[in-house]
Amino acid sequence: MDLNYSEEENAFRAEVRAFMETSVPSDLAAKVRGGKRLSKADHESWHAILSRQGWLAPAWPVEYGGTDWDPVQRYIFEEEYVRAGAPRIVPFAVTMLAPVLIKFGTEEQKQRYLPRILDGSDWWCQGYSEPGSGSDLASLRTRAVRDGDEYIVTGQKTWTTLGHHANMIFCLVRTKQDGKPQEGISFLLIDMATPGIEVRPIITIDGEHEVNEVFFDDVRVPVANRVGEENKGWTYAKYLLGHERTGIAGIAFATQALSNLKSVARRQMKGGRPLIEDPLFASRIAMTEIELDALRTTSMRAIVAARDGNSPGIEASMLKVKGTLIRQEISNLARKALGPMAMPYVTEALDPGSNVEAVGPEGANAVSSQYFNLRKMSIYGGSNEIQRNLIAKSLGL
Amino acid sequence: MDFEHTEERKLLAEMVRRYIADNYDLNGRHTAAALPEGFSRERWQAFAELGLIGALFPESAGGYGGAGADIAVLFEELGRGLVVEPFLAALLAGTVLAETRSDCPQLAGLIAEETILALAHEEADSRYDLARVTTEAKHNPDGSGWVISGAKSVVLAGDSADWLIVSARISGEVTQEAGIGLFLIPANADGLSIRGYPTVDGMHAAEIALEAVTVDADALLAGEGSGYAMLERAIGAGLLALSAEALGAMDVSADLTVEYFKTRSQFGKTIGSFQALQHRLADVLIEISQTRSSLINAASRFGSDDRQEREWALSAVKVCAGRNGQMVAEEVIQMHGGIGMTWDYAVGHYAKRLVMIDHMLGDADHHLLRVANLSKGGE
Ligand SMILES: Cc1cc2nc3c(=O)[nH]c(=O)nc-3n(C[C@H](O)[C@H](O)[C@H](O)COP(=O)(O)OP(=O)(O)OC[C@H]3O[C@@H](n4cnc5c(N)ncnc54)[C@H](O)[C@@H]3O)c2cc1C
Repeated sequence: MDLNYSEEENAFRAEVRAFMETSVPSDLAAKVRGGKRLSKADHESWHAILSRQGWLAPAWPVEYGGTDWDPVQRYIFEEEYVRAGAPRIVPFAVTMLAPVLIKFGTEEQKQRYLPRILDGSDWWCQGYSEPGSGSDLASLRTRAVRDGDEYIVTGQKTWTTLGHHANMIFCLVRTKQDGKPQEGISFLLIDMATPGIEVRPIITIDGEHEVNEVFFDDVRVPVANRVGEENKGWTYAKYLLGHERTGIAGIAFATQALSNLKSVARRQMKGGRPLIEDPLFASRIAMTEIELDALRTTSMRAIVAARDGNSPGIEASMLKVKGTLIRQEISNLARKALGPMAMPYVTEALDPGSNVEAVGPEGANAVSSQYFNLRKMSIYGGSNEIQRNLIAKSLGL
Repeated sequence: MDFEHTEERKLLAEMVRRYIADNYDLNGRHTAAALPEGFSRERWQAFAELGLIGALFPESAGGYGGAGADIAVLFEELGRGLVVEPFLAALLAGTVLAETRSDCPQLAGLIAEETILALAHEEADSRYDLARVTTEAKHNPDGSGWVISGAKSVVLAGDSADWLIVSARISGEVTQEAGIGLFLIPANADGLSIRGYPTVDGMHAAEIALEAVTVDADALLAGEGSGYAMLERAIGAGLLALSAEALGAMDVSADLTVEYFKTRSQFGKTIGSFQALQHRLADVLIEISQTRSSLINAASRFGSDDRQEREWALSAVKVCAGRNGQMVAEEVIQMHGGIGMTWDYAVGHYAKRLVMIDHMLGDADHHLLRVANLSKGGE
């Protein structure tokens, strides 16, 4: 057993760190650290920086523009870019769709779409959930009816994250009405400029526009845009859900958030002393730190197993549940740390260019809205209840 | 023992509940919250006409209530309705006036809804510590009154108030209880600057700076010897009110969840049929019941002259409201799934209010320590 990184891994980390130090734009890092709104252009310019370096999609095979990094290196890479204050790589194209295309797509689909992801021509969103189909995704009803060499798609998707930025959506649609629901689903790539598509915002409790409803009214999609076989979409969808598991626990993000929390707790005063010296509050931070330290190793155990060719089993569900709970707890403590100053919420001040000033110490303005926003983590990506069901099911009780 | 409210209080509660049900839906709340002052003057007037402001104060001060149970009954309904009008500010500031200057026109104006009052006490670094006051009051060198300088933070309704009650240190060290005075100051006084803003739960507050604000001698409501005790009484009323408000919000949150459990289906069953969720909702109901009992304890000890008994109960209920409020908020969002995260659905707004109540007048950690100190006889 050896908990330490190898010499090569440390050298790799140094290389990545050096790159990040010179490449993450300081205004972007300031926005991320200050909890400001990120524009589409912010994400795109960061993706472009990584893409020029060949690092936008490390997990892809080299022939498609990926790297030959193993899962441990990919984890180190994530830790380093988060540490440098960069935003997360938008996952829908790079970590969700691309692996499906690479495994199940036609050569033509790969040649067309993968380069467009790397050069930023396409922004993809994920069209899985529907109003009636959340946890029970296989019950989805958006219909695709074959008409010559086209499908006619009618129905509705919802909770589509950043769909308002996207020009492309990958969708699960129903192509067969009878039989088992899982056996009548196909996987379609749809250009959002096609007539009949309408995107409407859903405003979340923090007042922000992050998710959308997407309506399809007789939308014509070329059959050539189907990935894999008709009615086999569920297999691809499951592959997608299970593919990128190394990042599922969000360890790098939690580590960064915990370090921010500590600096807030050092600055905030309680009873004339820094809050971090308050035994009650300090012990809450310590408990989270203990949990994170253990989960980091749980995560590394899964990552190393993946490196050695073993596919993760129920550990992925464990990482999802515990990882999201820890991130939520850190945001909870960040909110508490600010005391009454967690209350003011001047939304104009979240816009980087705004001349409206926030109230309270640095970062205070977004701290409560982020806490509420992060409630989503235990709901999406297979809710934590669904993960617990999976863990329990694996026991064969 | 009898846990029924009196007929009068039941009538009051029913009347408020009916008024809110008929006139105060979520959209109405959003509209009111988006007004420049963060609430609707029209609604405030309607509430006053129903006698709701008068219910907060005793007869000796021109009201007809003021007992712990009056405050609890009313604020529970306000919590159920997610009401944004400045009741809490009225209670905090009005309690000070009721005990120090019960016949003043500002208090009569408050009860008649013509005057908005706010208590400006908290400071950027005071973090719930009642005695930590750095704003200073000095005798005016010309002998005519006081000169006050300092800054106040997160003053509820501070941006709509006509009059402020400001705590300021007349003497003593920064954390000393003795030496704190309470001053009644018009919001348009020279040297006062007020920056209002919304809070994350849709309410309003303000940062207030005082730069050598001069006031007459009679602006002093409670002086060096009595200011702190007066402050404690006012904040105590606020603790009771906020806890009751939280209870009302918890109740509605649970009701909404029960309703949703019966209507939302996944996997061919209503989600309420999943035992994992049933147990979690059961835990929510247990904690709500605990909060209700703690509130009954606090409301009945609110009038006690035994400071230790009274303050213990007030801090205890705020611990329950804060801790259980957060638990309920998180659980009801989770049990709704995505819909719980949306602006257009009520449960998220209840959740935000519940969590923010923990940030007001001392969070659960603060009051837990206070209970511990009071229990060992230390405070
Ligand atoms: C902010 C946000 C962003 C999202 N982004 C996307 C996106 O980009 N693309 C996309 O396709 N989807 C997205 N989603 C949707 C997300 O995947 C769903 O919200 C999730 O699958 C849960 O479905 P639901 O909201 O319909 O809740 P429901 O499935 O209705 O669940 C309600 C509650 O019941 C529980 N529950 C359900 N079944 C069981 C069971 N068998 N046992 C015990 N408990 C159960 C759930 O855990 C939850 O607590 C997003 C959601 C959110 C909130």
